[in-house]
Amino acid sequence: MKLQLEKRLRLPRFAWFTVPLYSLAFAFGVMFFVLAFFYLGQEQAAGTAFSRSGFALVSLLSTPFSSWFGFFGSLTHMVPLALVALGLSVAYRVKAWNIGGEGQMYLGAMAATWGALFLFPGVSRPWVMLPLLCAMGLAGGAFWALLPALMKAFLRTDEIVVTLMLNYVALFWADFLVNGPWKNPAGFGFPGTASFGVSARFPTVFGGQLHTGFFLPLLVAVLLLLLQQKSAWGFRSRIVGDNPLAARYAGISVRRTGAMALLASGALSGLAGAVQMMGVQHSFQQGFSSGYGYTAIIVAWLARLNPLGILLVSFLFGGMQMGNSSLQMFHGVPSALTPTLQALLLFSLLGGESLSRFRIRWKKPGEVADHG
Amino acid sequence: MARKPLLEMENISRVFPGIRANDGICLQLFSGEVLALLGENGAGKTTLMNILFGMYQPSSGSIRLRGKSPGRLSPTKALQMGIGMVQQHFSLVPSFSVAENITLGWKTRSNREMLRGVERKIQQLGAHFGLPVDPRAKVWTLSVGEKQRVEILKLLFTGAQILVLDEPTAVLTPGESQQLLAAIRKMVRQGSGVIFISHKLEEVLSISDRIVVLRHGKVVGTVDRSEADETTLVKMMMGHEPEPLALLPSPPRGLPRLEVKGLQVKNDRGHLAIRNLSLEVQRGEILGLAGVSGNGQRELAQALYGLRRVVSGSISLDGISLESGNVHQRILHRFSYIPADRKGVASCPNLSVRENLSLKKRLPPVRNGKQNPLIRTFSIQVASEKMPVRLLSGGNLQKVIVARELSAKPTFILADNPTWGLDIQTTGLVSRILREEAKRGTAILLISSDLEELFRLSDRIAVLFEGSIMGYAPPDRTYREKIGRMMAGIQGESGEDA
Repeated sequence: MKLQLEKRLRLPRFAWFTVPLYSLAFAFGVMFFVLAFFYLGQEQAAGTAFSRSGFALVSLLSTPFSSWFGFFGSLTHMVPLALVALGLSVAYRVKAWNIGGEGQMYLGAMAATWGALFLFPGVSRPWVMLPLLCAMGLAGGAFWALLPALMKAFLRTDEIVVTLMLNYVALFWADFLVNGPWKNPAGFGFPGTASFGVSARFPTVFGGQLHTGFFLPLLVAVLLLLLQQKSAWGFRSRIVGDNPLAARYAGISVRRTGAMALLASGALSGLAGAVQMMGVQHSFQQGFSSGYGYTAIIVAWLARLNPLGILLVSFLFGGMQMGNSSLQMFHGVPSALTPTLQALLLFSLLGGESLSRFRIRWKKPGEVADHG
Repeated sequence: MARKPLLEMENISRVFPGIRANDGICLQLFSGEVLALLGENGAGKTTLMNILFGMYQPSSGSIRLRGKSPGRLSPTKALQMGIGMVQQHFSLVPSFSVAENITLGWKTRSNREMLRGVERKIQQLGAHFGLPVDPRAKVWTLSVGEKQRVEILKLLFTGAQILVLDEPTAVLTPGESQQLLAAIRKMVRQGSGVIFISHKLEEVLSISDRIVVLRHGKVVGTVDRSEADETTLVKMMMGHEPEPLALLPSPPRGLPRLEVKGLQVKNDRGHLAIRNLSLEVQRGEILGLAGVSGNGQRELAQALYGLRRVVSGSISLDGISLESGNVHQRILHRFSYIPADRKGVASCPNLSVRENLSLKKRLPPVRNGKQNPLIRTFSIQVASEKMPVRLLSGGNLQKVIVARELSAKPTFILADNPTWGLDIQTTGLVSRILREEAKRGTAILLISSDLEELFRLSDRIAVLFEGSIMGYAPPDRTYREKIGRMMAGIQGESGEDA
């Protein structure tokens, strides 16, 4: 008997549910053994190593559900993740590969900071200031996506490279600003801007554990869902994403749709940066993002670009981000664990999706091989 | 018949979710005969042949080759057992030579000497069967007819004794078709068995020894050629009397709607595919465009519709100049286009039937709880209109496209092989609607590789050769030979132009 892969003609109906499930199980299974070996390497007894590995994973996953602190903390981390992932999903739906969520987020944060500290520091009403800064964030992110969008539309460059490289450009700008013109004179030499005024901060709820900017990703997700299903723009995007040739045939400009999607995508990432400023940081510093822009890529794909799925996945990922710090403190695990696990999740999902198109068949000894 | 059959298929059934594609089919193929397989779209021909070739496994039933059971079939094994299939889409490597393509699947690595030997043998085989092809030519330089010959030679090289030809003449000129049919005759005389799938009854009647008719996955009957005629076959295929297909052309009304002047268009390789082409399609006229495929039909259609840039020349519709590359403008002026490539260009595979029907409105279909009336009008067979169109059969998909294009109240219709691969009923429907549209005053340019269709539908026939119009002819079978000559690039006598 021999095993053989056969291509499936049609996916079974339960695949949409079982494939992610098995992929998750696989990723966590691998992680369990990796952690166990990590503890074994510290010369712990095998039994202890395995049980500690199990405890560590459970505590990582249960963070959002184990305490109110963990729950609200996860929600706080979820906000930027979800906003960037929602933005990326807009581009990914039309096969415009925006990898620049991180850079666009930085630009959004910078724009909001510029507004809060230098353009309109005198605005004292939060209901004027907050929308104003959100708009600044949207514009900043869109501005950073404008260059790759124009290059894609007119010069047919590859947006993956351009958006990715612009992330580093944004980082250097941030570096320059916090060390140069925007440096807080009363900051004891620390690189960072002065704090936002009270009107530029989101009010908090639940005893200060959650800022009200939390409603924005929910709003954006519902809006995107409606647009995708009801609007001409959503329909056109689906056509372009499914078959660009058919889109041209239907008189839709594939290049313009792609460029517009990149802009919208950048704008939402920029909003994420601005909201992070107004809700959590209250001043612009380098490294405020801790890689949300990259993690959001994984979130968008794990959720299969579905807006509601993105909300769910980003909550779980926010929880992992939260749990990561306690893991480091109480379980002695390096903080690289969470990103590793997240990457592993993405790989197993992508691998699971492509493998699910095949099935395994037992081949009897007499049979001739199918593919030579 | 006392002879032992080459191939026996017994009680073959194949069930797909919701459909019995094959239902207890029995079939025998003897050496030295041509067996024609006739049936409407979705009758189960393709499924049956895919089972024979090992692409699908039958749900029940058995296959015997020369009296023996081959066990579970796979494409590789089918080839080893001498079953060969020439599909409608060729699987050749364009940048390789003919001889290299033929040695492609071989286990031994080819070297120069071996290639020379193969080249000699190709010439011998080609001469013997009347399938001439230059063994050293690169495949991309070959015409469609020549590529098909390479596919057949490839099978003859592997010693295939059971040959399946799926609509082989659809891409050929009348002359080339005759040549192919003669070659098939020679092959069966040497002891091969040929299964011939075609929609063209005339051809089936001229080539085959026996005819098996399928309907709804079942064998309706097997007839000897001597006992068969067109009317009974059509009745067997459809299960009822056919509606008359012969439609009298309406006289042209003389006002040009589409005017093309001095058009030059490049192909993907950057060479001129359309050279200084001018033509007019009048109100209420169907202009048929004949020609061997690959003579610029694709480029002409794409340029007219705005999918391909025009190098020079002008296109105008009702006096309005159509901009090069502006599809949107054409849609606004109700220029309908039925492309030859259904799956690649004319539809979105993962979008639903309903959404594909409103693809060109570029607005999501309104949800009013009612079924799109086009589904009934065009009798599109779907379990649900929310079904993605990639699950539809070729014929049903074409109905979706035709329904969308013809329901737009077009001023001009560009139809590129609109009935290709469709069954008689749907072909009749599409033909009837095209004629009705012409009566309404629509101008229609019909590109077709099926001369019979052009004769049946058009008011005038233009012949395209190497990117230019070679000449015109009236849609009359007596001009068949003249058209054939023009398709091969031989100028027809002047003065006869219609």
